[in-house]
Amino acid sequence: MSHPEHKDDIGAKLGMWLFLFTELLLFGGLFLLYAVYLKRYPHEFATGGTQLNWVLGSANTAILLTSSLCAAMALTALQRHEMRRAMALLGATIFCAAGFMVIKYVEWSAKIGHGIYPGSEHLKAGPPGESIFFSLYFLSTGIHGLHVLIGAILLAWITVKIKSGEVNGDNYILLENGALYWHLVDLIWIFIFPLYYLIL
Amino acid sequence: MDSLEPTQPLNNSFWNDTGKTGITSWIFSTDHKRIGLLYFYVTFGFFLTGVLLGLLLRIELMAPGRTIMGPQTYNALFTVHGVVMIFLFIIPGIPGAFGNLVMPIQVGARDVAFPRLNLLSWWLYIIGALIVLTSLFSGGGAPDTGWTFYVPFSSRTGTNVSLAVFGVFIVGFSSILTGVNFVTTIHRLRAEGMSWGRLPLFTWSLYATAWVQILATPILAITLVLIMAERLLGTGLFDPSRGGDPVMYQHLFWIYSHPAVYIMILPAMGIISDIIPVFSRKPIFGYKMIAFSSIAIAAAGSLVWGHHMFTSGMSDTAVMVFSFLTFIVAIPSAIKVFNWISTLYKGSISLEAPMLFALSFILLFSIGGLSGLILGAAATDVHVHDTHFVVGHFHYVMFGGTGFAIFAAMHYWLPKFYGRRYAEKPAVVAWALMFTGFNVLYFTMQVLGMKGMPRRYYDYLPEFANLNLVATIGSWILAAGLVIMVVNLFRGLWWGVPFEGNPWGGASLEWTVPTPPPTENFIEEPVVTHGPYDFSNTERS
Repeated sequence: MSHPEHKDDIGAKLGMWLFLFTELLLFGGLFLLYAVYLKRYPHEFATGGTQLNWVLGSANTAILLTSSLCAAMALTALQRHEMRRAMALLGATIFCAAGFMVIKYVEWSAKIGHGIYPGSEHLKAGPPGESIFFSLYFLSTGIHGLHVLIGAILLAWITVKIKSGEVNGDNYILLENGALYWHLVDLIWIFIFPLYYLIL
Repeated sequence: MDSLEPTQPLNNSFWNDTGKTGITSWIFSTDHKRIGLLYFYVTFGFFLTGVLLGLLLRIELMAPGRTIMGPQTYNALFTVHGVVMIFLFIIPGIPGAFGNLVMPIQVGARDVAFPRLNLLSWWLYIIGALIVLTSLFSGGGAPDTGWTFYVPFSSRTGTNVSLAVFGVFIVGFSSILTGVNFVTTIHRLRAEGMSWGRLPLFTWSLYATAWVQILATPILAITLVLIMAERLLGTGLFDPSRGGDPVMYQHLFWIYSHPAVYIMILPAMGIISDIIPVFSRKPIFGYKMIAFSSIAIAAAGSLVWGHHMFTSGMSDTAVMVFSFLTFIVAIPSAIKVFNWISTLYKGSISLEAPMLFALSFILLFSIGGLSGLILGAAATDVHVHDTHFVVGHFHYVMFGGTGFAIFAAMHYWLPKFYGRRYAEKPAVVAWALMFTGFNVLYFTMQVLGMKGMPRRYYDYLPEFANLNLVATIGSWILAAGLVIMVVNLFRGLWWGVPFEGNPWGGASLEWTVPTPPPTENFIEEPVVTHGPYDFSNTERS
């Protein structure tokens, strides 16, 4: 009565997509608050937006897009049984993730150094809308940063599995799902970046 | 469970056919049946805990003034009663326990699509539950906000709200992963011939539920994160003095928590749709409409959250839109009720314990549903908002509905997995007591609410004293019935007479596999040739 190991790549991908929906909705709650409060405090949001460093924000956007490209290329490389190249590309993805986090760190420290962080005296003294803007900024970029971290760890773990041969040119669903997750992290940033840095 | 003697009915079943029987073979098992039983015992344990807390609340309300506890204790108890019952019992209850036990067999699969993820779900649930329990006895003491964690109180109270909220956050992850697992299972693992039109309605209801779990729970997750941020970082997003808006909290909370009541009731409706035809010996009336109405309830139910907020200061336009949408949900719910009644018509009805619970579900759910319309209509809601009428209403739906459906499922399906059954007569006595006590308790609450008694107060005016006493006596009758049911059921499952073959005469796949089922459910891959309610080839054994 022993059956062969159950394997269903389409099912695995379906499950991953469903999970990605849940991630979108998680951030959806924050975007909803953003929309409501933007309508209420358009001027304060605009002032808040000008205080963010759009050069660093753009750099991070470029870095994340590059990392997503690397992740996609790693998958193609693996499907062609080019294990070394796949691992190198994943390494590049993780390197980009680290770069993103470093820039985020620089941005956050500068803001905190100026007394701008949730609950700070500086924000309490200013107009309420600005405090709301920065609270949302820190929450959105913070939770997104956490996802970057989780994604990078996930991809590192998959790299180890490629090295051990467990994930390979015939069995690449894990990398495919990992890359999907990485693209989601990228996608959410694509919305956060203009909303906070650009349009206002 | 380990004390069970491996006698005849258990041989070659999932209880022992892998040769593993220790505690670790259970808590690290990826077998959907073992995980289902784990969920069942833990969720049911939390149910009994919640009942105990509820009884204490009723004793406090037995007479005006302080009876057995002060206001702070009362606030903590109703909060914990709500959190335990909702997040730890009723949401994971049916999908986690009976969904896991039955659904993979109903679709003809050896297990769910992601067995290890399933085990992770259970562990996340346990870890979350432990964190919630820790929050009751540490820090500033048990939360006293009510299970809704409304701001501004939840962001200011000194009680242990942050930890409790974090525990619920973890439990939410468990719920999401179960949803992902079930949708994938139902899409990918149906056996040959198991078309969508042949899925048992319990599985259909789990499918609709799983989508709600996937789409609504993340909003709860972010809302809970925001409460923690509000308390720990001082984000001020819901604090009017800092530019925030407390009504936005209520919106975010109910965007999840209203759909969540459909996570609770939809699978219960599925249980009823499976039991009624079996005990009427008649195919279900309106199969397609019942399946469709599950999806319709899941979809429409996601757009009605505002009806919790008619008195919170929304715009009149919003009130009218949400009120209208709320009435829309009544349509698919009524479709189900009418179809169940039509199934009974001219059926060969046998009134055994599962059927009695199922029939009382129809009545109690209908009372609860109709009182829900009184609350859904903005004009009447304003008068009964935050009164005992609301408490009576949601206990009719959640306890009279989902609770009784779970009792029905316990009598219907658990013997299948134990190979032993309970005694019929005590089960019927227990049902009669519970049904009586239930109505005495909660109908009285609705009357009290109509008379103006507010909810969540530990004291009340003297004119409410008599009815409160009646309600409390009702709670004791209900509890007496519950004790008899629990003793009879578990004594039967552990030591009772054998339950073999297909005693109910069910036609869905779970009744075609050995009792109890082997670890991989089917000895041969099943090929499905008829619908789940086609009784022409099944006999009661």
